[in-house]
Amino acid sequence: MMLELVGVGKTFRRRGGPVHALDGVDLRVDKGAFVCVVGASGSGKSTLLALIAGLARPSTGEVRLDGRPVAGPGPERGLVFQADTVYPWRTVERNVSFGLELLPIPPSDLACRVTWYLDETGLTGLRHALPRQLSGGQRQRVAIARALACEPEVLLLDEPFGALDVQTKEDMQLLLRRIWRDTGTTVLMVTHDVEEAVFLGERVVVLASHPGRIAADLQVDLPSDRDLHAKRDPAFLALRARVEDLVRQYHRT
Amino acid sequence: MSTVDRMRWPPLPRRQPRPRAPALLAIRAPISRRATTVLVMLSVVAPVAVWVALGSSGAVDPRFLPSPGAVASAGWEMARSGQLAADAWASVRRVLVGFGLAVAVSVPLGIVMGSFQAGRAALEPVSGLLRYLPAAAFTPLLLIWLGIDEPPKVALIFIGTVFFNMLMTADAVRQVPGALIDVSYTLGARRNEVLRKVIVPHALPGMIDAVRVNAAAAWNLVVVAELVNSEQGLGKRILLSQRFTQTDRIFATLVVIAAIGVATDVLLRLLRDRTGRWVP
Repeated sequence: MMLELVGVGKTFRRRGGPVHALDGVDLRVDKGAFVCVVGASGSGKSTLLALIAGLARPSTGEVRLDGRPVAGPGPERGLVFQADTVYPWRTVERNVSFGLELLPIPPSDLACRVTWYLDETGLTGLRHALPRQLSGGQRQRVAIARALACEPEVLLLDEPFGALDVQTKEDMQLLLRRIWRDTGTTVLMVTHDVEEAVFLGERVVVLASHPGRIAADLQVDLPSDRDLHAKRDPAFLALRARVEDLVRQYHRT
Repeated sequence: MSTVDRMRWPPLPRRQPRPRAPALLAIRAPISRRATTVLVMLSVVAPVAVWVALGSSGAVDPRFLPSPGAVASAGWEMARSGQLAADAWASVRRVLVGFGLAVAVSVPLGIVMGSFQAGRAALEPVSGLLRYLPAAAFTPLLLIWLGIDEPPKVALIFIGTVFFNMLMTADAVRQVPGALIDVSYTLGARRNEVLRKVIVPHALPGMIDAVRVNAAAAWNLVVVAELVNSEQGLGKRILLSQRFTQTDRIFATLVVIAAIGVATDVLLRLLRDRTGRWVP
């Protein structure tokens, strides 16, 4: 048992009246799981991650990590946004080391950890580069490495590949699967891309819109050792079609 | 949806394409290095040439428009007597103290204003209003309050730049993307670490830009400040030269004022480019 959402709702006060972004969300993410949350826009996907990250507070219910309620943001819940949240004035390695610099650890330990995560994300050759010299995919790898370096209990990903071209996106998907298997980090990823959710997740949660709530929770019964060919597998295509139908069914504008 | 109506629309007229403009006249088109050099030279050389021509043609009384040679020799004479250096240092010192104080006050307040809603609510209305009061209009008040020595001159420069620099600093701070601040909290940073390690580094080039703009304003204000009761200073020198119709000395002093201003600007731009190398 680890990440747990109990009756979580979020209401925003707006001029035209309250907007219910999320309502009565119950979700459990076990240690080491890879869970993808899909939903159309307006399903409160990003709000859900902001609540888990502790950047916003739920209006109702509670988010718990290992039984303790989440009170605010912290490195045990690393967050990666869609784009451009690397520190543009820091080199790649200094981005990755940001969270570690805040901790009382010896410099040699810090350097050792940074080197490992740079290698894991294929950034070793770019360690002295500035973000403006990187492609969009490389910048997202920096953001992932930076969050992972803090050894989060759960890695939260908010449409991390949404701004990338299709080829780069597939490379990143394979990279993320490999990192997940190498580090054993629990991953909770939000996306609107159903194919991505089914390919990456061990479990796919479908959100309904207005208000955002859980519509379905499906197990992905595909081999855990997946390459891109899995995307043409009949079992994969069938599950993808099923999830697509669910997303359409629950998408109300 | 009736397609019938759409069928009745007359075809849209097509405009004749225009031939492509030459690079010099095309918007944002790059121009050759030679064209750049020629234009830069022209912009510097042409005014000087007009000056020389007017002086040597005798169309203008040299008392009104001294020749470049006369200005140079007046400047040389002032420099040799040590007067020019003393005046320049007096003005530079006033700017350093007055504008230095303004930066020391406005940068922390600007950071507070740009980072905290409360800071903005408390500081923005009053500074937004005060910056529209012309600093020169404070001169009589400052003389009454602070006497006739250095303090009113320093205070004038301070008042004339502190509010602008504060608001521009706050603007630079507000450019820091919210997502960058959020992500820093999720990496374990505390509030003061977010200020020191995220907001200040990101806003630094913008803050130096603000200082650059307001340094020019401070340099303008020092001349105004010196027009009233001062012993030394470049502004004072101009006023004294006017009394004896020494236009050559006025011109020489203006050249020095321009030179110091340009040097300051170049220095601050270098500093900005060094700290802002990362800017995309």
